Amino acid sequence: MLQGLKNKKEIIRLRAEILHKIREFFRKRGFIEVETPFLLPYVIPESYIDAIKTEDGYLHTSPELCMKLLLASGYEKIFQICKCFRKGEKGKLHLPEFTMLEWYHVGIDYNGLMQECESLITFLCRELSGKEMLRYKAKEIDLSPPWQKLTVHEAFRRYASVSLDEAMDKGIFEEVIVSEIEPKLGIEKPVFLKDYPVSMAALSKIKDNYAERFELYICGLELANGYTELTDMKEMRERLKKENEKRKELKKEPYPMPDAFFLKVKQLPDCSGIALGIDRLIMLFCNEEDINNVVAITSEDLTYC
Amino acid sequence: MYTASDLRKGLKIVIDNEPYIIIDFQFSKPGKGQALYKCKLKNMITGVIIDKTYRSIDTFQPADLEERKMQFLYKQDDQYCFMDMETYEQVFLTEDQVGDAKNFLIDNLEVEVLFFEGKPIGIELPNFVDIKVVKSEPWVKGDSVSSNTKPVVLETGYVIRVPTFIEEGEKIRVDTRTGEYVTRIKE
Repeated sequence: MLQGLKNKKEIIRLRAEILHKIREFFRKRGFIEVETPFLLPYVIPESYIDAIKTEDGYLHTSPELCMKLLLASGYEKIFQICKCFRKGEKGKLHLPEFTMLEWYHVGIDYNGLMQECESLITFLCRELSGKEMLRYKAKEIDLSPPWQKLTVHEAFRRYASVSLDEAMDKGIFEEVIVSEIEPKLGIEKPVFLKDYPVSMAALSKIKDNYAERFELYICGLELANGYTELTDMKEMRERLKKENEKRKELKKEPYPMPDAFFLKVKQLPDCSGIALGIDRLIMLFCNEEDINNVVAITSEDLTYC
Repeated sequence: MYTASDLRKGLKIVIDNEPYIIIDFQFSKPGKGQALYKCKLKNMITGVIIDKTYRSIDTFQPADLEERKMQFLYKQDDQYCFMDMETYEQVFLTEDQVGDAKNFLIDNLEVEVLFFEGKPIGIELPNFVDIKVVKSEPWVKGDSVSSNTKPVVLETGYVIRVPTFIEEGEKIRVDTRTGEYVTRIKE
């Protein structure tokens, strides 16, 4: 039984090294590492993210709410590396319990954040291999800045069989992204897919007719999701209510609204925030295609011999 | 009833009133969007393979499948007859339903007959079957370039390559999954 784990040892060693380097990167830039509760009385309602309910509350699906509480109370540069829990997400790219790196930076917008993200990953690659090239799925990816930026609209025009508007009308956005667009993204250089339709703003700031939200792709792998953060908490509350409505339509359990949070937080400072999947980042650096191979112990290791 | 989160490799479900088995499965979830469950499915009656993508709201009927141990009795025209040795109940399958298994289907062989909603739809052979060689040309050394094996005809009419020392009237063991010779059976 330990055979599989033994072969993983090299990956796990590299994983530890990457975590160490991530902390070094943020410490040098004056960020504070924070730890916030995993067990919450409420979660941010999202249509397609399900939380694990316990006797005493919910396991967080991301540390977003708690970190925003810190931002509202004066913290300006914070990061966190923690486990997040999402019910039913299991596959070659998903673990129901995965490790997230989330950071917030007051005073910059999503463009500044994209640059910071670029610096982090290039730094990690240089520290680990001494160069700015990455080999994944038999492809050489050039990490030297600047990385490409592509609007969602343009990505549909360039790679998809339908336009963005058509895909939204027909309700097939995800299908087109997964089968036609994602495989083309970030093959030679990493790509920031940005400027999402307003209806997919999540908790990002809306500018004119698009949302200041981006996702990072490297070799077809979705690694991170970032925003210029929505700072108006009244609007945030409205958006969460809508997500709960959508959950009811989908016959999913609506979540308790985080009203105590809104009592304390009326406004966020202008800032940007991003969540990056650590397990997927390790996959990339270890040239592994199955997320289960980059964690020391999977749930299967505990159930089957 | 299954929900999309139950989908996994090996699960058997009903689509358009026919049983399908999931032979490949992939979970994907772009960004904050909804989850997609990509499945490769094989029709358990026709063998046809299809691709389908499901969403979390989709639900599925489990395929009502049952396997019963039965003995092959005889073939008449296009019909293969099998009998349940306990109840003596007899069922018939067409040549299409029996498929490639017919190559190794000898009289009195015990097989698993697969039933869908009470109707027989196919059979599964044991992994190894011992079959008689009914025709083999006498072997002359240097006859052919590939001198290690030669073709022989089995009692089912199937032609298989065996080592040159196998003679007409002998029994050989065949791996029904690969359709290849395994060993000579001494009686």
